[in-house]
Amino acid sequence: MSETSAVVLEATGVTRLFDVSRPWLQRVLVGEKRRHLRAVDDVSFAIPRGTTLALVGESGCGKSTVARLAVGLYGPSSGDIRFEGQALSAARSQAALRRRMNMIFQDPYASLNPRWRVRDIVAEPIRAFRLLSSAAEIDARVGELLTQVGLAAADGEKYPHEFSGGQRQRISIARALSSEPDFLVCDEPTSALDVSVQAQILNLMKELQQRLGLTYLFISHNLAVVRHMADRLGVMYLGRIVEMGPGEEVFRNPRHPYTRMLLEAIPDLDMVGVARTPVGGEVPSPINPPPGCPFHPRCKLANDRCRVEKPAHVRVGEVEVACHAVQEGRAEA
Amino acid sequence: MSLLDVQDLTVEFPTRRGVLRALDGVSFSIEAGEVLGVVGESGAGKSLTGAAIIGLLEPPGRVAGGRILLDGARIDDLPADRMRAIRGKQIGAIFQDPLTTLNPLYSIGRQLVETIQTHLRLSDRDARARAVKWLEDVGIPAARERIDAYPHEFSGGMRQRVVIALALCAEPRLVIADEPTTALDVSIQAQIIALLKNLAREHGTSVMLVTHDMGVIAETADRVAVMYAGRIAEIGPVREVVKHPAHPYSEGLMGSIPSLTHRVERLRQIDGAMPRLTAIPQGCAFNPRCEKVFDRCRVERPDLMEAGRSRAACWLYAAENAHV
Ligand SMILES: Nc1ncnc2c1ncn2[C@@H]1O[C@H](COP(=O)(O)OP(=O)(O)OP(=O)(O)O)[C@@H](O)[C@H]1O
Ligand SMILES: Nc1ncnc2c1ncn2[C@@H]1O[C@H](COP(=O)(O)OP(=O)(O)O)[C@@H](O)[C@H]1O
Ligand code: SF4
Ligand code: SF4
Ligand SMILES: [Mg+2]
Ligand SMILES: [Mg+2]
Repeated sequence: MSETSAVVLEATGVTRLFDVSRPWLQRVLVGEKRRHLRAVDDVSFAIPRGTTLALVGESGCGKSTVARLAVGLYGPSSGDIRFEGQALSAARSQAALRRRMNMIFQDPYASLNPRWRVRDIVAEPIRAFRLLSSAAEIDARVGELLTQVGLAAADGEKYPHEFSGGQRQRISIARALSSEPDFLVCDEPTSALDVSVQAQILNLMKELQQRLGLTYLFISHNLAVVRHMADRLGVMYLGRIVEMGPGEEVFRNPRHPYTRMLLEAIPDLDMVGVARTPVGGEVPSPINPPPGCPFHPRCKLANDRCRVEKPAHVRVGEVEVACHAVQEGRAEA
Repeated sequence: MSLLDVQDLTVEFPTRRGVLRALDGVSFSIEAGEVLGVVGESGAGKSLTGAAIIGLLEPPGRVAGGRILLDGARIDDLPADRMRAIRGKQIGAIFQDPLTTLNPLYSIGRQLVETIQTHLRLSDRDARARAVKWLEDVGIPAARERIDAYPHEFSGGMRQRVVIALALCAEPRLVIADEPTTALDVSIQAQIIALLKNLAREHGTSVMLVTHDMGVIAETADRVAVMYAGRIAEIGPVREVVKHPAHPYSEGLMGSIPSLTHRVERLRQIDGAMPRLTAIPQGCAFNPRCEKVFDRCRVERPDLMEAGRSRAACWLYAAENAHV
């Protein structure tokens, strides 16, 4: 496959299990089997070059696990992930491909080594991948990267603790860009930031995407942020993508009962003084997910079929939805 | 007379390198039955304002000036034991993390009964019956069976419901809720906020709701105070502040929030960051970031003044007021 392939990352039927069994002896004593938690369940998506796929969902639905799978920090238990057409594990073993994917994390405090100067933090991937060799070239490149994210070249002399949360996230972005990646996985990159700082970072990320032609897998629990960033949008619930399609279409015309619930539940600036009925129930434990459709205990449209049979993905126009009611045509109401 | 009246509140932290002034002349009031939302970036002084009101400033932090009146009587200079009696009975508190409020070693029923009995004269039986009623009111299913369960046996959302029951069961006049839903899932947040709002309305309780989530404020509060660098930048009716913010900082803040209902290519952005306490600019603290800054802003500090239907600490409104 060449560098120009249209799809940067493609996941097909990816499932990731975690072993959450109790220690062996305890298990034997009470005669318990091994227990697995299905953090990601049969997830498929493709991200075309230069676009953003955003994933949204509540805590524990598997967003970070997908993020880690997408850059190869976890391997899938089953299913297939390809980077520019190559199996991800094979791509990861080649430095030339590995440097082209990177990740930005939620916590700009924990993800920067406090004992390193900013210039060394940003230069580390350049050195690791031997992209430049002379100290002068590296310095110049670090200065350029810092300027690109709205900091000053002179900030390279400082340590992370001398920066605010938003500035630290800029440093993380500069670092992520230093290996000249074309694919970035961003796991809640603004969730720890104030809204005014979030606006700065989101604007910066969009600018960089346009300027450098970046491809993003963008993850957030915040629907408004996701709407702002997404070309395509996937809504996750208990490890599954329950609805996926062009962002605007999913927002304008949500089809899955869970997507509708989320859009109804979320307080919004434009809703001054509007009374609404909040949705009941909570996300069930992923160790013991309900049989059938995992959303059925909270779903107004649930029927007997929903309680036993897991809904497959069906295509409705440009959108894919996993819901019996949608497939049976009884979701419109 | 307002239920709560905060006048010119100043909070300081003595440090080795001098005194840090974290709150500087904060004034506002809350009427009986009213929900006042307090918003602002982290470090703006929201939590300190709440802590000063309930007398829980962490030493060496101290109220260095101003007054706090509850029902017309000062509560900022009371001895610790008198303040403790007011806390719980007159003023309840809900914090971000329910686990800091709940004692992991006691069943939730015991914690509720104790709180109820500290503040109301009730027999064990009546107090327990009332505890069950509160758990039902905050939406704990099978309250009668679950009253003897321990905090760790509940989910995060359920625990925050218990904390709300605990804050309200002594029937306080005022509840200070500091980021009560920040640690919760989005679908649970809406449930908790609706619950708090309805209970407050039913019982005529006033609420000071601190949050950085403008959506929550927009739907819940009657009035909003926007804080910046230890002062109130603007205070007014929620619709005004959200839809027609008067202060340039509130305007920037509202514009920086991505919307659920319409998409813009680029978010409005306030460049720079809120100053640290050690480097508050002279004049208006917002002046280095303000698009509308003029000479006076750099020398003289604005206090709250009339700005349409709100009050804003901004010199843009001085001229407007001069000829009324
Ligand atoms: N290493 C692990 N071992 C066991 N379970 C795990 C592990 N990592 C994640 N899980 C579980 O998998 C599920 C999905 O976790 P994940 O971190 O992907 O959720 P998330 O959507 O990112 O949530 P959040 O919004 O809270 O970040 C959760 O139930 C989590 O507890
Ligand atoms: N114990 C303390 N010592 C020194 N400064 C403090 C202390 N607690 C809070 N501050 C400072 O007071 C300001 C306001 O804090 P806080 O009320 O917690 O902000 P908010 O709740 O709006 O995020 C911040 O600048 C913070 O750093
Ligand atoms: S499959 Fe059934 S339970 Fe699941 S979301 Fe659709 S209607 Fe609801
Ligand atoms: S007082 Fe001046 S600097 Fe401050 S907000 Fe108003 S116009 Fe801007
Ligand atoms: Mg996560
Ligand atoms: Mg706070």
